[in-house]
Amino acid sequence: MLAESIALSALLFVIGVVGVLTRRNAIIVFMCVELMLNAVNLTFIAFGRVYGYGAQAIVIFVMTVAAAEAAVGLAIVIAIFRHRQTVDLDSINLLKG
Amino acid sequence: MLLLQSALVQSALVQAALGALPAARPTWNLALPGQLLGALGPDLLLAGGAVLLLLVAVARPESDRHQRAVGWASLGLVGLTIVAVVAYASRGALATEGPIAVDTFRWAVDIVVLIGTGCTIALSMESNPLDGILTAESHVLVLFSAAGMLLLAAARDLILVFLGIELMSVAVYILSGLDRRSERSAEAALKYFLLGAFSTGFLLYGIALVYGATGSTNLATIGEHVARYSLMYNPMLVAGVALLLIGFSFKVAAVPFHMWAPDVYEGAPTPITAFMAAAVKVAAFAAFLRIWLDAFPTVAYQWHNAIWLLAVLTMLVGNVVALRQRNLKRMLAYSSIAHAGYLLVTVVVANSLGASAFLFYLVAYTLATMGAFAVVIALGEPGERNQEIADYAGLWTVEPWLAAAMAVFMMALLGFPIAGGMGFFAKWYVIDAAIHAPHPQTVLAVILVLASVISCGYYLGVVLTMFMKPRPANAPAVRPVPTGTFLVIYLSAFTLLLFGVLPNGFVQLAHDSVPISMVGAPARAPVASAASR
Repeated sequence: MLAESIALSALLFVIGVVGVLTRRNAIIVFMCVELMLNAVNLTFIAFGRVYGYGAQAIVIFVMTVAAAEAAVGLAIVIAIFRHRQTVDLDSINLLKG
Repeated sequence: MLLLQSALVQSALVQAALGALPAARPTWNLALPGQLLGALGPDLLLAGGAVLLLLVAVARPESDRHQRAVGWASLGLVGLTIVAVVAYASRGALATEGPIAVDTFRWAVDIVVLIGTGCTIALSMESNPLDGILTAESHVLVLFSAAGMLLLAAARDLILVFLGIELMSVAVYILSGLDRRSERSAEAALKYFLLGAFSTGFLLYGIALVYGATGSTNLATIGEHVARYSLMYNPMLVAGVALLLIGFSFKVAAVPFHMWAPDVYEGAPTPITAFMAAAVKVAAFAAFLRIWLDAFPTVAYQWHNAIWLLAVLTMLVGNVVALRQRNLKRMLAYSSIAHAGYLLVTVVVANSLGASAFLFYLVAYTLATMGAFAVVIALGEPGERNQEIADYAGLWTVEPWLAAAMAVFMMALLGFPIAGGMGFFAKWYVIDAAIHAPHPQTVLAVILVLASVISCGYYLGVVLTMFMKPRPANAPAVRPVPTGTFLVIYLSAFTLLLFGVLPNGFVQLAHDSVPISMVGAPARAPVASAASR
């Protein structure tokens, strides 16, 4: 079971990374980041079966942090939407050089 | 600040005296909950105070007066925390195991971070109203972020590192978007948030894989297990270390993971930019260095080339791209990338000499960066204008003191002797650490010097513009510099110059401040050299 769980979570993580790198909608990019974090959670749970329940406590921490990050992140997305009426990352390009 | 620093030097002497006594130093037993809380004293003081101040901040509607009151209270809390840190440091107690470190390295990083935090609050209290930002919560957010940084400086467990980084970063995501009327500020916040969260994913997956390979998140235990079970080439550990390295490279903006930094630094409100360039970088680097020294000393050799390359790329790219910047904030952003490269040199060295050079560098870098951004704030016009280097032409003729202070900061960042004060010694010690490493990093030292030569091009360019170019006729009149900004500028410049002339006390302090895992390992400097100072 351990190998399968690790492989699955690695796959989820890679999907998340590819999503962040290829998608251009800020909300979808953020969802892919959340997918990465949840892949990590799955990894921790899997290792928890080997090393004991400490790993499950870590998962709770990660979930809490992810929730805080989501609250802040969505607020920031709304802030940018109010200015530009879009959340497309390619059109958000005031700062460069 | 000066009083504080003389207190610091004294505490160093006290510590050196304590170290000379044969009697064992008091130690914390972190397995006991009470002692664990005690060892987290300054952190809890800052975090608890920040929660209370948050209640105060939201109790009244937005106004300039309320914002200033909360700002002063926050400054007071930072001052109290500094006192607590100095008290803990002078007591000299250590903890040799457990999830948090109680060692001189932690206290030294704490002081640097808190000085950066205090400067940030002082600056934003006066510059925020000019941009129409009247939220009192902004100061509290800076405090929350600082609490995360103190945790990072203390963490000896990967989970605490993760929590510290997140506590620090989430607050800074909000702060970089503080100017709600500015589209650039919102864009900076979005970019910082998305890339920050992305890098957190890497960091966390790295932690998970290291945990999977070693069965622990405690840095000391990881180091022990890696050595005992020869996990150096275990694929899971290798992948974990690689992901950790990527995550930290994003956080400290090392090339090639630096793309976000210039945009974010330019778009964020200037005091927050200073905070990100100084305190955030300092704390992330401190955690990085501690992980590297404590958990992966046996792996370091195998990763040597990767970090070496990272350091070289960061130094060269940061400095070369900074050459063609016209906006001062953006130029300072690239300069801070270059400085991350210099700091990476101490990570390559990865011994106690490197750690001391690292701390000394942090002090000089924080003071110079804060000072330089304070000058940008003092001369900036509302709406983030008047920040081009050309706008500084002929500053010497109208504001000689401000121009002189800016020249000191530029020289300090460059590492120029005398005029650059501490900056020169900072670079000197990094080069010294590189050359005297067990595997001498001569090539790296040569590249560091070459990169510094490149950086002359833009640091001296600013000085040249201020002193040699004529003041344009349509240049806006310089506003009187408000008290807090004034203090930040001139105290930083004064401290840089003072400890540039009399660096011994500080060198001794940096020399004594090494991570707990290295206490006893290196030859401690004899007390006599501190006393004869």
